[in-house]
Amino acid sequence: MKIGVYLCQCGGNISKVIDLEETKKYVDNKDVEIVQIHSNMCSGAGQKLITNDIEKLGLDKIVVAACSPHFHEKTFRAAMDKAGLNPYVLEIANLREHVSWPLKKYPEIATEKSKDIVNIAIEKVAKNYALEKKSFKMENKVLVIGGGIAGIQASLDLAEAGKQVTLIEKEASIGGKMALLTKTFPTEDCAACILSPKMADVAAHPNIRLLTNTVVTKTSGHRLHFEIEAETKPAYIKPNVDMDECLACEKCQEVCPVSVPNEWEMSISNRKAIYIPAPLAIPYKYLIDDQNCLNFLDNSCNKCEEICPQKVIDFSQKPEKIHFAVDNVVVTTGYDTIDPNLKPMFGYDKYKNVVTGLEMERIIDHLNEKPPPRDIGNKVAFIQCVGSRDEQIGNEYCSRVCCMYATKLASLLKQDRPESDIYIFYTDIRAYGKGFEEYYKRAQEMGIKYIRGKVAEVNQNPDNNNLVLRAEDTLSRQIIESEFDLIVLSNGLQPNKSSDFIIDTFKLAKSSDGFIKEAHPKYKPVDTLIEGVFIAGTAQGPKDIPDTVVQAGAAAARVIGTLAKGEFDIDPILAFVNKDICDGCEKCLNSCPKDAIKMNAGKAEIIEALCLGGGSCLGSCPIEAIDLHGYTNSQMYATVKAALENKKKDELRIILFADNASTYRLADAVGIRKMAYAHEIYIVRVPSGSRITPALLLQTFVEGADAVLIGDNIAKGSAFPWSRDISLENIKSVTQKLNKAGFTGDRLRHYEFNSGMLKDFVEMANSVSEDVKKLTKITDKEVSRLKEMI
Amino acid sequence: MKIPYYPGCTLKSTAKHFENSAIESAKALGIEFVELPKWNCCGVVTPLAEDDIMHHVAPVRNLIRVLEMNKSGAVNDEKRLLTLCSMCFNTLKRSTLRIKEKVDDLDVLNDFMYKEEDYDGSVEVVHFLEILRENGFDEIKKQVKKSLENLKIAPYYGCMLLRPKDIGIDDAERPTIFNDLLTSLSAEPIEWRAKNKCCGSFLTLDNKEIVSRLGYDILTNAQKSGADLIVTSCPLCAFNLDNRQKIIKQKHPEFEEIPVLYFTQLMAIAFDLDKEVMGLDGNYINPVPLLESKGIL
Amino acid sequence: MPKTIVLDKKSVDFLKKITDLSGETITLCDQCGTCSGGCPVVEDMDITPSQLMRMVLIGDQTVMQTKTMWLCATCNTCTVRCPRMLDVSKVAEALRQVTLRQSINKVKIDEISKEDLSELPQIALVAAFRKLTS
Repeated sequence: MKIGVYLCQCGGNISKVIDLEETKKYVDNKDVEIVQIHSNMCSGAGQKLITNDIEKLGLDKIVVAACSPHFHEKTFRAAMDKAGLNPYVLEIANLREHVSWPLKKYPEIATEKSKDIVNIAIEKVAKNYALEKKSFKMENKVLVIGGGIAGIQASLDLAEAGKQVTLIEKEASIGGKMALLTKTFPTEDCAACILSPKMADVAAHPNIRLLTNTVVTKTSGHRLHFEIEAETKPAYIKPNVDMDECLACEKCQEVCPVSVPNEWEMSISNRKAIYIPAPLAIPYKYLIDDQNCLNFLDNSCNKCEEICPQKVIDFSQKPEKIHFAVDNVVVTTGYDTIDPNLKPMFGYDKYKNVVTGLEMERIIDHLNEKPPPRDIGNKVAFIQCVGSRDEQIGNEYCSRVCCMYATKLASLLKQDRPESDIYIFYTDIRAYGKGFEEYYKRAQEMGIKYIRGKVAEVNQNPDNNNLVLRAEDTLSRQIIESEFDLIVLSNGLQPNKSSDFIIDTFKLAKSSDGFIKEAHPKYKPVDTLIEGVFIAGTAQGPKDIPDTVVQAGAAAARVIGTLAKGEFDIDPILAFVNKDICDGCEKCLNSCPKDAIKMNAGKAEIIEALCLGGGSCLGSCPIEAIDLHGYTNSQMYATVKAALENKKKDELRIILFADNASTYRLADAVGIRKMAYAHEIYIVRVPSGSRITPALLLQTFVEGADAVLIGDNIAKGSAFPWSRDISLENIKSVTQKLNKAGFTGDRLRHYEFNSGMLKDFVEMANSVSEDVKKLTKITDKEVSRLKEMI
Repeated sequence: MKIPYYPGCTLKSTAKHFENSAIESAKALGIEFVELPKWNCCGVVTPLAEDDIMHHVAPVRNLIRVLEMNKSGAVNDEKRLLTLCSMCFNTLKRSTLRIKEKVDDLDVLNDFMYKEEDYDGSVEVVHFLEILRENGFDEIKKQVKKSLENLKIAPYYGCMLLRPKDIGIDDAERPTIFNDLLTSLSAEPIEWRAKNKCCGSFLTLDNKEIVSRLGYDILTNAQKSGADLIVTSCPLCAFNLDNRQKIIKQKHPEFEEIPVLYFTQLMAIAFDLDKEVMGLDGNYINPVPLLESKGIL
Repeated sequence: MPKTIVLDKKSVDFLKKITDLSGETITLCDQCGTCSGGCPVVEDMDITPSQLMRMVLIGDQTVMQTKTMWLCATCNTCTVRCPRMLDVSKVAEALRQVTLRQSINKVKIDEISKEDLSELPQIALVAAFRKLTS
């Protein structure tokens, strides 16, 4: 083994406090090949020093004693890589942030401490070994779940960028809820006119495979590689082969004797059991409704089969399973409207002329047909916030679109029938979007009356069967009790039922409103907490069409960005199983919150693509068969041994295991501000608090620590939110052993930090040091008792 | 089954026919009411002020009696307290919930009561209708000896059986328990708007105007919806809807009177129990002519 | 004539008093009017239930002179409908208590007619005394 040690003056930042010649003398006495001092190790010249020595002296391990690894670890790794040495046989001794800056006023202490810090790096690097970066290839394949406007937009954007898209839609046609709308607010564009060209583009795009009548049934895999199983319901029409395809001649529909409510028309009219799902359906194909077709019910009819000139009807079709793999997933499962029967006081299920907003869309669309699908009279009331902002049914949130869709439906009705008398009963009008306030004003201008009061109940006058609505006009403080011909319930939005399975199978999280939770509400609004799964549209929360389209584009862009790398790399700081030791007890399986451990031929195995390298599994193994590259047991034991090796009699040393993401950086930030804190604190970098196994804690005391601290990331926002619980559990068991061995006082503590808590860190360090000073010294007797217990 | 039973004041006086018909109908179903020894008034209405613990003493004292009955062997491991009057039910149950929500209150309450053993919060208050539902409405069907087939009945739930939600024995807006009972008695429950509208309750003391207006609205809604008679489970509702028809008739001469019965009276009729048990002479509007015209009596 | 209301410490204290006594977070009231629309006796009130909530929220103590709190029969129709899960009946009780705790009775027992006393069921009398007398 040939170790090269490089001490950096950092332009004086280090050398004006620490006497590096002293440090060098100390290192010279250790088993190292060469020690050099340089003014700026991070400079080209500094790096050259290392690469030259690698070539000339054949160094195989490098220690750089300089600034925090968060500044130049990457720099030195790259230099080593260039010189043909594996980048992971490097250790950085953080002399600047952790020694010279906080101890700026105590140069002698700093110099002594620098020796220990360099010693730690040397002893650890001796145990380091080469690690290879893992990379996984991506294939440009994306799954989009849900064919509403969000899924359509995301699919088109992705397909245009050359990605291979599979778009899955559970209904027989894409288009989603937007296809049910008559016009869109606030511009009153015809919804079908702006949507159907996009639907047609989806069907025609060579990069999109469209699977309608299909649901995802099973998924497996990991970040950036998902195995998908889906099932397509049969349409009972033979697929397009040769000349045998369905010509949509309508003959079958004419002879079909079944008539059932037409879902696409919100049941305001009927359809046959063999039908085209919507006038502008994509794909434009017939299908048979096997829940209502007589052939399926009692085998009593096959009229369509007889009359079909193409002979494409096939009652024998069965559901079909499809299997494929994708790199990324975009979830656009959309919404359902809130069941108006949850608010029985509005009488939706009792009175025919109490209708929902979506039903009103269809009614307005057919307003001028003769005869009209429903007699709606002239006096119309809209009831806002049906199901939204209503904690009686558990919905705290605002559905965001109802104010404007009611305004739109009222405006359309008023334009068509100026004699209509229209009232909108509301709690607050939220006209927040572009052009919304102007649209609201135009409706008021037309004579639509907005009444500020939530409707209490709708009843029927037993004398004439008219609908009677009761509400307070909260502005005039009078009770309105009045008859109406039609009452429209502006029912809100809730997550689509089908999203439950998707959330479950991809292990996504829900926000408190039940919609899918984004990775971060501000910075990662279309990412989910699962890498490679993105969201857009109302699956994430209620929103209108423009916002949905923006999100769909954003999600597509995030996918394109992710796939642009072609492959994805993962840091080799990963758990691994020593198969010779593992006895297959399976205790580790439950320890991994990411399910990255599986059993293979009686031995545990790490699924590397899922492993985050936090190390929580290490403590679960009773025989230390699981280990973590970069922070192995032997590396950690060497580290704590080195940290306490030169401890003098009467000296106190406190080991702080600092998680890399927050506590270690926090200590850096404290150093950068030159904030002084108790020099007895020795900081050891770890991936997460949960890496610190009970055995390691005990060993640290055996090596001579007077106190041991675990500094971890505050669970909220941490990559390892479970770490805290594991640490607390470990601390509990170790404290019991310490007490048994006769250790006095509170010597083992857990702290949670984020990287901004500078003052808290200093206070913590000083108070722990003060506390420990007051305690009776640990004697050899206690240590040897502890040793025996291990 | 034997179950501790809390009658409350009114069931021993103006609503005696409610109690008699309930006890005997229950007996026909194999349910024995065991009256609480030394029961006291529950207070009728629940104290709603946060700091008013004192008024929970009366309800809790009754709950302690249930524990005593279990100890003495008067009932066998039955810590449910059965009520008939909707107001007693609501008041007693609300006290049990207050203790559950605010555990510290229990200590204060126990300090108030020095004669009794400490209450432990283990008694549940139930209404007779809940016991009937639990027993199964089919069991009731089996006991029906007189068909009520031609009788259209408006089930009047009022407030105290349904609200607030954590007290209510059924859906606050769309209750069905009375309907199920009436159907099992072979009568026809009608669907009507006012089934859970307030009768005006104790305002009957100082606001007869309001109570008779509310009563008029409720009664005429029942009639317009096709009802022959109304059933209730609350002696105060019964008073406001039955006895107050006197004032209603004075105000609205065209108003046609309609009988108001306790649901247990209807059970006694359907089970063909003694006339005395039915207690039809206890009602203000005489239901006998109606029942005779329908061929039931 | 609209009156001028001063928002001062008195109004804050009044809100706090009623909030503590009722246990309801009155500032949550959104003034949607659901309580008033469903109230069976609202037609007999001088201010609507939502107006009562509003007056307490802004600390307007003239609410004490209104009839509404005395007409609330605690039917709890509003309680099971309030979208903010508030219980107006508890606020009404708190307002009644403010008066009753000064030994001011809303009904005078000796003025009740013999006819009423003989005719009314006990629960009507006990309930009314509990709600309307100190």
